Amino acid sequence: MSTAADLLPKPFAEWFAQRGWSPRPHQIALLEKASEGRSALLIAPTGAGKTLAGFLPSLVELAARPKRSRRPGIHTLYISPLKALAVDIARNLETPVAGLQLDISVETRTGDTPAHKRQRQKLAPPDILLTTPEQLALLLSNPDAPRFFDTLETVVLDELHSLVTAKRGDLLSLDLARLRQLRPSLRVVGLSATVAEPDDLRRWLMPQQADAPPNLADLVIVKGGATPDVAILPTENRIPWAGHSAVHSMDAIYAAIKASHMVLVFVNTRSQAERIFQELWRINEDALPIALHHGSLDVGQRRRVEAAMAASSLRCVVCTSTLDLGIDWGDVDLVVNVGAPKGASRLAQRIGRANHRMDEPSRAVLVPANRFEVMECTVALEASLTGAQDTPRLRTGALDVLAQHVLGMACSAPFSADALYAEVTSAAPYAGLDRESFDRVVDFVATGGYALKSYERFAKIRAGKDGLWRISHPAVAQQYRLNVGTIVEAPLLKVRLASRRNGGPIGMGGRVLGEVEEYFAEQLAPGDTFLFGGLVVKLEGIRDNVVVVSRTHDEAPKVPSYNGGKFPLSTYLADGVRRLLADESSWSRLPDQVSDWLRIQKEASVLPGADQLLVETFPRGNRFYMVAYPFEGRLAHQTLGMLLTRRLERAKLRPLGFVASDYALAIWGLGDMGGAFAKGNPALGDLFAPDMLGDDLDAWLAESYLLKRSFRSCALISGLIERRHPGREKSGRQVTISTDLIYDVLRSHEPDHILLRATWADAATGLLDVARLSDMLMRVEGSILHQPLDHISPLAVPVMLDIGKESVAGSAADEIIRENADDLVREAMGEAYLGTFAGGGLPAGIPRS
Amino acid sequence: MIFRQTALEMHAAEARPAEWAVAGMRLTLTVEGGLHLAEASTLVVADLHLEKGSAFAARGQMLPPYDTAATLKRLAALVRRLKPARVIALGDSFHDRGAGGRLGEADRAALTALTEATEWIWVAGNHDPEPPRGLGGWATSELSIGPLTFRHAPRPGRATGEIAGHLHPSARIVGRGRSVRRRCFAANGERLVMPAFGALAGGLNVLDAAFHPLFEGRAFHAFMLGTDVHPIAGRKLVGEARTG
Repeated sequence: MSTAADLLPKPFAEWFAQRGWSPRPHQIALLEKASEGRSALLIAPTGAGKTLAGFLPSLVELAARPKRSRRPGIHTLYISPLKALAVDIARNLETPVAGLQLDISVETRTGDTPAHKRQRQKLAPPDILLTTPEQLALLLSNPDAPRFFDTLETVVLDELHSLVTAKRGDLLSLDLARLRQLRPSLRVVGLSATVAEPDDLRRWLMPQQADAPPNLADLVIVKGGATPDVAILPTENRIPWAGHSAVHSMDAIYAAIKASHMVLVFVNTRSQAERIFQELWRINEDALPIALHHGSLDVGQRRRVEAAMAASSLRCVVCTSTLDLGIDWGDVDLVVNVGAPKGASRLAQRIGRANHRMDEPSRAVLVPANRFEVMECTVALEASLTGAQDTPRLRTGALDVLAQHVLGMACSAPFSADALYAEVTSAAPYAGLDRESFDRVVDFVATGGYALKSYERFAKIRAGKDGLWRISHPAVAQQYRLNVGTIVEAPLLKVRLASRRNGGPIGMGGRVLGEVEEYFAEQLAPGDTFLFGGLVVKLEGIRDNVVVVSRTHDEAPKVPSYNGGKFPLSTYLADGVRRLLADESSWSRLPDQVSDWLRIQKEASVLPGADQLLVETFPRGNRFYMVAYPFEGRLAHQTLGMLLTRRLERAKLRPLGFVASDYALAIWGLGDMGGAFAKGNPALGDLFAPDMLGDDLDAWLAESYLLKRSFRSCALISGLIERRHPGREKSGRQVTISTDLIYDVLRSHEPDHILLRATWADAATGLLDVARLSDMLMRVEGSILHQPLDHISPLAVPVMLDIGKESVAGSAADEIIRENADDLVREAMGEAYLGTFAGGGLPAGIPRS
Repeated sequence: MIFRQTALEMHAAEARPAEWAVAGMRLTLTVEGGLHLAEASTLVVADLHLEKGSAFAARGQMLPPYDTAATLKRLAALVRRLKPARVIALGDSFHDRGAGGRLGEADRAALTALTEATEWIWVAGNHDPEPPRGLGGWATSELSIGPLTFRHAPRPGRATGEIAGHLHPSARIVGRGRSVRRRCFAANGERLVMPAFGALAGGLNVLDAAFHPLFEGRAFHAFMLGTDVHPIAGRKLVGEARTG
């Protein structure tokens, strides 16, 4: 075992000492790993000096070899998920490099790097290059890649826990596999926040072999610092039954802001951020500098907020997860998390924003916005004290990403399918990929991979006589470079304030407030009011990709349905909430209002055991209702709702609609569901039988817009559709052909096409959350508790309140049209006109209601 | 949300078409997007855009090679159901001039069977000024039946009795926090613009400026294609975020 003195050269030790620091054990541990040439995963909480630990071995190594005696070339490659993070790190590295007077060049390369600088970087590469996964993919697709990387010793992957959870991580894993081909002795260092399964990440970092035991990187763990000081914000006011705005706690949040220096208020959605920002300013009697930060705001506006934060001139920022990642924002001394935490690890990372020094406890308060969220917060709070983690398991590599990679590799050099297959399956996410699927992906890249082989003459890549695949034309490489990446941005529309003078026509001259997602704009009708940029605005119209709004004095905007956010609550928290509900002795941890509510539920209905699924049925008005409480998150509940209503339809129970929350699902209809279940016609066990995931799911999916949305993203990532075309570069919105139409044609003619497989895999874990639904159905088999009631139960109130507020999309498109379909043919065209028809009367197609 | 039978479960024959009159001539607007003149035993379809998929494939975007088959299958079913004596293909029947050469064997046979079974008229479009050779039918730039004139591109200004295609009209409405977009016929009592029939042919919102010279303000109806054909008053329609 080497000592710190052996590993840390004297100038470094002195530099540490000058600053009053001493090297931390994990920094020394990483030096030791490097000296042994071993790859490692460093897990450490925020503020532990993770990044310096990652770079220290490279700095030491480079310092030992003066520049003049080195071959010029990249020694260390650093990859981060955010451009901003790469820039931030470059700045932070300047301190030791300048302080130690090291002859080491450090440069960034991102989408913003100007062309001339990129060109220079290719000719004279820096010692340390800081970049993003997309830029690495581009560098590797270049025929010059082997030369460019031939001095590479180390790769440092920052925020690894965040990178591996998405398709970007798949792309990065493939690029890492390629780097290893180029440099077999490569050392890889992963830096990560605390995760549930460190072995997953250790495996991710290393090359894997079929039928061999997992190959794991070494592990260095820094134990968490002080236990955080977390509490649920008490409130004197009534805790709402439903909703996400937490208005009842605004006074208490404001008081907490006043008592602190700098507060981050985290929320789950943009509209929540807007609402809370507005509410805080309404009561901001001391005119505290409170700012707003979310991804839809104008970039200039966001940069101003970030600069003000760094300069400590703010007291509070209300923000969404755009501020989640590891950028150092200065001295935050309190984190307020409004709404559902959704996951224990997610909450821990947010709490870590408070106090960037790991030996002092972070301070945080949780603000549940409704009663179920009180339970979720209670469970999350305990998790944060015990350090429980619930980060997701490693994903299976996506096939659309693989398609993009295969084309990139062909652009770099001719490849043999055997060799590339071996390389690809050495990446942990693709270790389980079978050869047939791989070959189908190659075929897809070449000609679209259709059973009908009519595109051979248009092939993008072709296998030559030597068996090697190469691009058929240089334009293919150009096409690849314009379309690289796995982030399919939701198309954005600018929001502009209309200039209206003296009641005249609306002009376009007003200022730009920011951008909204197209799908958000789509659900607005002219005249609708909503919150944006801290203002209540009214939609005037949408013109030329601009959402034109005007100011309105309306105090209460008709906030269009935008529910608790896209993340479902984690299975870990769901499990905790179910157990809390089942165990009356644990209710003492809940506020009286909430425990009273549960007690009344127990008297009026029943509380399910931790392993049971409670289904209540009751009549109300002239409808019959069924409310189930699976606690599996809104996405899984939505899918369940779709499938159950199909079955209820077949059982002639005439369902009319449903609404899903993170906790419960309510279905209503004209048939007496409770009576039918009691007679076993159908039995609840049959209704919830897991086989619903077979045919019913297929039939529903045929028309699901959710699947079409997933398909669009797969079509773009895989290169079926171009985002941008050489010569006429298109923005995300201007894809020239509707992917919905392609989907329909493909699904009816080749339902097992590789891209539909990729789409299905996405939707199963994403928008449909079928995987989770399936686990739930298995779990509750034989443990469904039916409680027939005369009227609504206390537990059912929250989800029932959502009816009419939350919209659930699905196959009812025709019904929406029908509501708008008119008797107005008569009104507009006149009775006499209709009389000209031979048969007289109303034209067919017009409802005769 | 409310449940009704889905498009798949519903047989096209049970679907309710809409009826309308242009220049006093009675028309049936079918859910498939065809226009039926029962009195003249004529079926009109516009903008088939056959071989659009292969046109994209030639430029490196490998769209499914099934669009021609899908379009022809739908058209053949419609012909079987309505049994017209005459079919008018109202222009842009082929996506480009090379489309005829790229037609697969089976698709060519299916198309020829159609053109042989009825009087088949190819109206010239901007994508296909001349129809490919050897596929049957006869070609014209425009055509009249009674008070109606059939041409590919609508002429700006008033045009009594004009039936045209070219613009691929689609309509959008918003309700219950959702947006629904469908292909549609756009019509008043004097003219009618047909939806594109081709499987991969996209749509242009009827509120787009391209329609302004054709209808006065919103004094027209969009007949949206769904499980039924739904007539929607122009003033209820919503414009598009993605114009142009």
